[in-house]
This record gives sequence, structure tokens and C-alpha cells, in this order.
Amino acid sequence: MNDFSHRATWAYGSAMAALILFMYLPMITMALASFSRSKYFSFPVPKYSDKWYLEVFQSLSIRDFFWTSTVVAIAVACLSTVLAFFGALAFARYDWKGRRLFQKIILLPILFPQAVLGLALLLWFTALGITPSWQATVFAHLVWIAPIATLVIAIQVYSFDPAVEEAAYDLGASRWQVMREITLPLLAPGIFSGFTFAFLLSWANFPLSMLSSGADSTIPEWVSAKLQSGYTPQVPAVGTLTILAAAVVMAFGYQISAFMKRRQVKAG
Amino acid sequence: MTDASVRISHVAAGHSRVSRAEPWQVRLGTALSKPGFLAALPVGILLLAGFVGPLALVFLFAFMPPQTFSVLQAPTLANFRTIFSDSYYLSFLASLQLAASTVAILLVICYPLAIAMVRVFTRKAGILALVLAAPLFVADNLRLMGWMLFLVKGGVVSGTMQTYLGIPVDSMLYTFSATLFGLVYINLPMMLFPMILGVSMVPAQMREAAFDLGASRWQVMKEVDIPLAMPGIMIGALITFILAAGAITEAKVLGGTAVVMIAQDIQKEFTFAQNWPKGSALSMLMIVLAGSLALAMFKRVDLDAIFGRKG
Repeated sequence: MNDFSHRATWAYGSAMAALILFMYLPMITMALASFSRSKYFSFPVPKYSDKWYLEVFQSLSIRDFFWTSTVVAIAVACLSTVLAFFGALAFARYDWKGRRLFQKIILLPILFPQAVLGLALLLWFTALGITPSWQATVFAHLVWIAPIATLVIAIQVYSFDPAVEEAAYDLGASRWQVMREITLPLLAPGIFSGFTFAFLLSWANFPLSMLSSGADSTIPEWVSAKLQSGYTPQVPAVGTLTILAAAVVMAFGYQISAFMKRRQVKAG
Repeated sequence: MTDASVRISHVAAGHSRVSRAEPWQVRLGTALSKPGFLAALPVGILLLAGFVGPLALVFLFAFMPPQTFSVLQAPTLANFRTIFSDSYYLSFLASLQLAASTVAILLVICYPLAIAMVRVFTRKAGILALVLAAPLFVADNLRLMGWMLFLVKGGVVSGTMQTYLGIPVDSMLYTFSATLFGLVYINLPMMLFPMILGVSMVPAQMREAAFDLGASRWQVMKEVDIPLAMPGIMIGALITFILAAGAITEAKVLGGTAVVMIAQDIQKEFTFAQNWPKGSALSMLMIVLAGSLALAMFKRVDLDAIFGRKG
């Protein structure tokens, strides 16, 4: 169905390549800056060195920030997957009176600027006397990430045939059996995607962590603080490492979900 | 009407009121037995405690006297008066201007790219989408730091120009345009993906029919392509506008002090200045803007149709 001339295809191809380069250029620059030997980045880099990475690996405080980011991301991923699994059923599977309203309410936090949401949450936490901590950050992330995970799983729910569940009920299966034997396995790829999305979005979040975490800083917060005072190539080195970690999670997630889909096709 | 019939209708009205009000436990019971309502409860409670609650508190604080820390006082419009009499509304106007420019630039950049994704690279669209969405999983401030190193004096652009071409280039940071550039970069996927959805909603047969009937490329674009892709284009434009208007990191990392955006003013009032009512009143500008645009969007699009599409 490709009715484009050779020249047009070539033009669209180069536009696409330019877009991909544009999207990744800042990450490439950051990786380059992390290997610069001198403290201040200059291009072309006069001398390369891996000493900033060694410093990062030896720094106990940076290890703490990595740990906080990881704990928060795992907690957010687990909690939002559970919330989003049920939310997605309410969003897409069941017919009920409030469904249209519920769909809109789910979208609102995603459509709201995160920085302003983070500030409203700061006011809310302070008024309720909740001290900023990593637990507060988990809550703040959930407000934004659970709705996104709901949408991710809902897309899978839409392609799910309710007749399969009804058939199981007709054959005498209990509610719990249907959930365990039919609904969960069929939705597993979507649930897994929701989990991966939630983990990665929490891992990369700055605006919602900024005001909620207090002393338990995450990696993006440390980067922000260092950018304002005391840039060293440690900052791009840490940035590059977080990107590598995200890439590994993404690659694993992609492989596992491809495997799940293959298995489902075989079984179905 | 006779007395008796009046009495009867009174009784009937009273009775119906009672029967409507009496079994609220029953009504709650039926709601709880509906699987849809039950399934919606966990996220619903989360959003009540983490979204509706905080925004309601902001709303209340916006009408409290300045520099106070309780919502139990006589409401006043003093904060809104300060915003509009002092120059505080300027940051809001600057944010709106930046957001509008971001949307305009992204509409022009993303439309041909969406066409390319849907019609030219049909078979590779999945992997391309993954490659283009992946940067969303890297913190905004990290990616903006990458641009900072790219654009700063002695950075990639100015270093290349100086070393290889001998043309001295000054820093390109800390200007209005640098902030705009950051907003365009960060929000590009928010425009691109809804637009891809919109473009893929245009039936190929309809375009072919238009061409067969002798329409020019320009006419097909104006009469078929753009109107039919409009839902996606609208969603992209609205999301981008709201997110850009409420952004903070782009202005902080790339804009320096050249532009102050509304979210920066809100942050200042909530933190250093400790003026919750004024910060809340400024937030209300943002909440009303985001809320009215979101409502306008919900009126026009069918969410089931959008998310229900396979793929």
C-alpha cells in the first residue's frame, strides 16, 4: 500500500532518521561528557578518562540515591500494577453506570502538569502533617503512574473476549477460579507491560519526587541539585548509568512480553 | 383538587421520598455488588486522596487571607487581586505564550512524521514507536542537561563551529528561545503519538476515492486527511499545551532567568516565600486552564474508540 515515489520515501526516511537523532542527541552528548577528563565539558573533548565512573562506583552517597530510586520504583510498580489491574477492568471490561465518568477521572492526572501536581501534593502533605520521605514519594508517583498503568492494561482488556470468562462460569468455575485460570493469564502480557511502564516512569521521575522525598533523594533529584551547584562529570556519568539501567529493564521487558505473546498464540 | 386527593398526593410524595432515601445501605449494597464499581474503587480512592483532595485544598487556600496557614478563615479575593495588580500574571502569560508556540511548532514538525510512521514505514512502525517512546523513560532533567552541554559555550555546537570552522559562537542558553526549544523537545512524543493515532484513523479508500475524483494532493490533505485525523491532532495539541504551560524544568535548566514560568512562581510561593494562599491562587489559574481544556477534549472524543483500537 506504499504509494509513495522513491524520492518521497527517501525524504520521509531522512526526516525519520533526523527525528531519532534529535531525540537521542542529548543522551549521546551526556555520555560523551561523562568521559571527559577535565572537570568542565568542552568539545571536542581534549582527553578522555573513566575516572568519574570509578568515583561514582566508590561513592557511598550515590549508592544511597540509586538504592532509593530503585526501592521507590519497585514499590510504585508493584502497587500501581495491582491498582491498575482492577482499574483497567472497570475502565474497559465491565458495563457499569459510572464507567464514562471513571474513564475521564483516570485521564485527569495524566493531563495535569506534574510540577503543579507535585506542588499541590506538597501543600496537602504539609497540611496533613506528613513528613516528606520516600514513602510520600511513592504515593506522589502513584497518583500519576497508576492511571497510566491503568490505560496500558486497559488496552489489553479491550482485546479480551468476555465470552471466554462466561464459558468458564457455565462450566461451573467459581469467581476465583475464573480470575486465576482465565482472566489473569489472558491479561498477563498487558499486566506485565503495565508493571514495566510503571517501574521505568517512576525511575525517571523528577517533578513528583522533587518536593515529596525530603531527605530520601532519588537520582534525578541529586542530578538537579548538582546542576545548580557543583557540576562535575560525575553528573553525566550517573545519568548515563541510569539510562543504561533503564535500557536493560526495557530490553528484558520487551523480550519477556514477546515471549508471553508467543506462548499465548501457541496456546490459543 | 379535593382535600383528600391533596392529602393522598402528600402522602405519596412523602412515601416516595422515604422509599428513595431509606435504603441507602441497600443502594450502597447494589453498587458494591457491581463488579465494575468494585474494580474502580482502589484507583478511585487513590485519586480521591492524591488528586481530588490536594486540588480541593488548593482551591480553599486560594481564597484565604495572604500569609496564613489555615483554611478556617473568612474567604477573600485578596490573592487574585494581588496576582492581577502586581506583575504576577506575567509569568502566566509567558507560560501561555510558550505553550502556544510549542504547540504551533510541534504541529508542523509532527504531522509529516506521523504520515511517515503510518503510511511509509507501516511495517517498521512498531519498532520505530518503541525507539521514539524510549526517551520518555529518561528523566526530563537529565535529557535537558544533555542539551545544556550541547548548547553551552564550549559545548558541542560552539566547540564544533570554533574548532572546525573558526566561527566563534556564544552560548545559546538562558534565553526565551532556549526554553521554547526544551519544551518542544520534551513534549514531542506527546504530540507525535496522538497524531499517529489520528492519521491512522483516515481510511485509505477515502483518500483513493478523492484522488480518483480528480482532487489534488493539497485538496486531499485539506478536505480528507486533516479533518479525519482531527481527533488525534486535537488530543495531541491539548495535552502538549497543558503540559508545556505547567512545565518547570525546561525553564530552570535551559532558560536560566530569561523567562519565569507560572510553575516556578507557584514553587516560590509554596517554598521560600511560605505564602500558601498566593501560591494556591496562582495554581488555580493552572487548574482552571487544564480543567477547561480537558473538558473540551472529553466532549469531542470517544475514549472507548481511542483506547479500544488494537495495536
